[in-house]
Amino acid sequence: MSTRLKSGGRLIDRSETLKFQWNDKWLRGHPGDTLASALLANDQTLVGRSFKYHRPRGIVASGVEEPNALVGLGKGAKFEPNQRATTAELFDGLIAESQNHWPSLEFDIGAVNALVPKLFPAGFYYKTFIHPRAFWKHVFEPVIRKAAGLGKAPKDRDADRYEHFYAFCDVLVVGGGVAGLNAALQAAKEGKRVLVLEQTPHWGGRSPVDGGTVDGKPVADWINDTVEALERMDNVRMRRRCMAAGIYDHGYVIGYERLTDHAPAKQGPRHRLWRIRAGHVVTATGAIERPLSFAGNDIPGVMLASAVRDYIVDYGVSPGDRVVVVTNNDDAYRTALAVREAGLVVPAIVDARPEANGALPQAARAAGIMVKTGTGIAKVQGGKRVTGVELCAQAGEGATLETLPCDAIAMSGGWSPVVHLWSHTGGKLTWDAERAFFAPDPSRAPVGHDGAPSVSVVGAAAGDLTLPAILDGAEAPEETPLRPVWMMPEGASADKRLKMWLDYQNDVKVSDVQLAAQEGYESVEHTKRYTTLGMATDQGKLSNINGLAVLSDALGQPIPQTGTTTFRPPYTPISMGAIAGEARGEIFQPLRRTPIHSRHEAAGAHWEPVGHWRRPYCFPKAGESHRDAVNREINATRSGVGLLDASTLGKILVKGPDAGQFMDMLYTNMMSSLKPGKCRYGLMCSENGFLMDDGVVVRLDDDTFLAHTTTGGADRIHAHMEEWLQTEWWDWKVYTANVTEQWAQIGVVGPKARAVLEKLGGMDVSAETLPFMTYAEGTLGGFDARVFRISFSGELSFEIAVPASQGLAFWDALAEAGAEFGITPYGTEALHVMRAEKGFIMIGDETDGTVIPQDLGLDWAISKKKDDYIGKRAQERSHMTDPERWKLVGLETLDGSVLPDGSYAVADGTNANGQGAVQGRVTSTYYSPTLGRGIAMGLVLHGPDRMDEEIAFNTVSGGTVKAKIVNAVFYDPEGEKQNV
Amino acid sequence: MSNAVSALPGAAHAGIASVTEMGLQGMVTLRGDHAEIAAAVKKVAKQDLPGQRRINGGLGKGVAWMSPDELLILCAYEDAASIVEKLDKELKDAHHLAANVSDARAVFAVEGPAAREVIAKLCPVDMAVFEDGEIRRTRMAQVPAAFWMAGPDTIHVVCFRSVARYVFDLLATSAAEGSGPGFF
Repeated sequence: MSTRLKSGGRLIDRSETLKFQWNDKWLRGHPGDTLASALLANDQTLVGRSFKYHRPRGIVASGVEEPNALVGLGKGAKFEPNQRATTAELFDGLIAESQNHWPSLEFDIGAVNALVPKLFPAGFYYKTFIHPRAFWKHVFEPVIRKAAGLGKAPKDRDADRYEHFYAFCDVLVVGGGVAGLNAALQAAKEGKRVLVLEQTPHWGGRSPVDGGTVDGKPVADWINDTVEALERMDNVRMRRRCMAAGIYDHGYVIGYERLTDHAPAKQGPRHRLWRIRAGHVVTATGAIERPLSFAGNDIPGVMLASAVRDYIVDYGVSPGDRVVVVTNNDDAYRTALAVREAGLVVPAIVDARPEANGALPQAARAAGIMVKTGTGIAKVQGGKRVTGVELCAQAGEGATLETLPCDAIAMSGGWSPVVHLWSHTGGKLTWDAERAFFAPDPSRAPVGHDGAPSVSVVGAAAGDLTLPAILDGAEAPEETPLRPVWMMPEGASADKRLKMWLDYQNDVKVSDVQLAAQEGYESVEHTKRYTTLGMATDQGKLSNINGLAVLSDALGQPIPQTGTTTFRPPYTPISMGAIAGEARGEIFQPLRRTPIHSRHEAAGAHWEPVGHWRRPYCFPKAGESHRDAVNREINATRSGVGLLDASTLGKILVKGPDAGQFMDMLYTNMMSSLKPGKCRYGLMCSENGFLMDDGVVVRLDDDTFLAHTTTGGADRIHAHMEEWLQTEWWDWKVYTANVTEQWAQIGVVGPKARAVLEKLGGMDVSAETLPFMTYAEGTLGGFDARVFRISFSGELSFEIAVPASQGLAFWDALAEAGAEFGITPYGTEALHVMRAEKGFIMIGDETDGTVIPQDLGLDWAISKKKDDYIGKRAQERSHMTDPERWKLVGLETLDGSVLPDGSYAVADGTNANGQGAVQGRVTSTYYSPTLGRGIAMGLVLHGPDRMDEEIAFNTVSGGTVKAKIVNAVFYDPEGEKQNV
Repeated sequence: MSNAVSALPGAAHAGIASVTEMGLQGMVTLRGDHAEIAAAVKKVAKQDLPGQRRINGGLGKGVAWMSPDELLILCAYEDAASIVEKLDKELKDAHHLAANVSDARAVFAVEGPAAREVIAKLCPVDMAVFEDGEIRRTRMAQVPAAFWMAGPDTIHVVCFRSVARYVFDLLATSAAEGSGPGFF
């Protein structure tokens, strides 16, 4: 059984006891424990179930590479699934639950899958659930999804906050082990700005456990001295609990700092996402030990050798009283010695190599530990925990020679450098056949903008697995070469290979990879997806190399020819909260408010998002429906006077001696002929001829135009202007400025609009002085005002711009002055209906990026006199001049109903795809309170030539509605009302 | 102008840094060839032409470099209109554009020893080396913003008026107690 030892544990504080909950049971641990070490201290060897077979799973590792010990942490708004127990630091009151089992961890019905593993070979789902086709969606997938899956998704809104942080440095060191600290010190001494990130809470990496000396002193002393020296330097910053998750181009690195996971009572954000620009990155990411593939290597109690000694040395926890060590290298002997030193029993060291005579094996023998060379594990005995091990000759087929009772197995198949970050931006790897690992190839490093290496690698990550190889003056026992062992025993029979796990989390076995090869899978990427090897949340940190070695063997090719799968960020999963950073709740997205926003809010506006703006859709009174409100607003405006907040309209100044010429190119109309003080409606097209924006242009003076754009078009059109000025017409003397937000703009609309302005006083707004489509500046009711006589409603209408800071007061002044005339604020829907009644087009309704002005009957707004404008040539292409293009018309249903939005006009026959043919579509459709019936606009084949013809439009519920083709101007076709 | 109010009058927050709305401020955008407009700027705004990404002076009285052909003149809110007039007069023979943009903006002060860290949570700028006299036009979370050092521990932030609330909330959230990275 696993238990807490009476002494030892360099990271824990035995003077204090913490209580934590595991599946509703209270257990005890110490500060410094991880959840994994605390579980082991409580003899909780079974911690979860595997993905496919629901096999019992125990803790295998002691760090980020852990595939099995995934748990749900926290509760309610603090719950987070799939957290590794090996990296979760214990705190008082921690709540954890195991995953992927039903009904309980100890008794799982799904485990029946494992009794017949032959039923679930590689590609099982692909092969089995093919026919009948309809079953996949409705039967197979729901059942499989229920049985599979790991943690549960949180149900509550996350209670924590997160943030980003932008940091810059000359040298970023990833990893705070001996190699990383040493690299940081060298760079810091050169005066560089250095940032060191360490993913764990501790400096020094593995060295304090693995031992060795530096200049005759224990390596732990060197680590302390170096950390202290670095902390004293002004040009060095150091972060623990901060993992470099990914390296990207141009020295961009994402760091993931966990601030309060270990101390939930602490103030501040839970995670911080570091967005780092580094001049150079040094990866000192260490190495990860590989498991060995022997039958039953997934039974709880089988652990990595390094993890076994970590638990003993770091946490004072024994994974078992009798620990059999199985290895192909010298390093694992350290574990045997550590177990022995803790006063526990090592029944044997099982070494697959024919002989083992290095310093460490000699030390083990000297300590009285039995070493069995040329030996392998035939089979692990046990179910939910290890009870013993059967030994065999490594060279044979696995006949049991001897059985040793034990309750833990420490395995080591050698070490693989952590090459992930090196590989993220294209660093290449070389297979080291002698030491059996892929290591970064410094001659093929990731390169920066200048072609020079942007990442370098040091320490175990570079393949330097021993302390003396990393640090001058360091000493450690010399290690003899390992012997690559990809299967144990070498000639294992088929039934043994069925029980050799490569990927613990996804249940991929040696037999699965071999089957994939047999079925013709040659690419390692394809095999990964077919077998799901390395596709789990651990991304194959333990299984990749073993898996591709087995694949290479099955394909009869050398390992480098098989290659690795692609390493992609993040190195280990990072929280969605950290990625979102501050962007949640009120600041999820910027919300743009006009200066009058607060007044609309107080008036109970129903909002419509328009870009990032919020505009009032309508102003419903108590008990009033939105539709009733819209109708009321329209009736009040057409019969009296309405008030519209039009501040969001784009306003762009265009100034310079060449401004007229520039405006002529931007708009399809002639703008250079516009006289100062006059307004003109204009259309803007893209280079491809499509209508992209419209609005009223005002000539302020000889040199200056004010271009009004749509609300959504302001930034886009300003950028469009600047692009042409900066890239094509750089020699034209034109400057632009986007002054959209400088002005609050308010529409005073309706037959009584003039009376309201006259009551405010200060400017002559008579028809004679200020006729339709003109503008004047002055002081209106004490406000600095620009008054434009333009109309988007067909009524007498003034749009008045005042400086934004005066907008709210001006709105109030208009409301007060207009009270006696029944002035009524209206929203965007009333605006839309009124413009549709007038047959005015709306960008985004009548246009969708495929519509040209000619489709909309706007030929009158396209100058024939100009040599050119943006889009002109495109509009001369054959498809654009095709008489078969659908054209804009008005539509009136025969029964007065409102046509469904987006409805299509049906035609006889079918199209090339066998679908029902169509001959037009609705672009705008509303109920018109003015006319008391539904009105619509649409694009119809030969539409303008088919006046009064009846065509049928489809409806959402099936069937069709008949509508008559009519003029699109439903209201005041002569335009008398706006011109008074 | 008695009717004029800034975007968030009186808005303030205290945390690892304080965040305060600065009320109405005068701002004039001036576009033109820097060499051609330098004399007029000196005469009207009483400031020398700032170098690239630099600012001379500050709120109420200053000139900031915005781009190779754009400056931002800072003045009292009441004076912006007359500064535009004066510039137009001085530059009547030079191709230029002067516009009062005072009302299009909101201004905040972020103050305290952690002010740089608050900004560094939101803007991709190396705040460790950001000095007095520098101005940066950049991105603050999801909106455009500009800022400069207005004192050893004070940063003035300018954004568009419509997103004043968003920017204030960003700054206040980033200045929450206990959230200092302790990096600078």
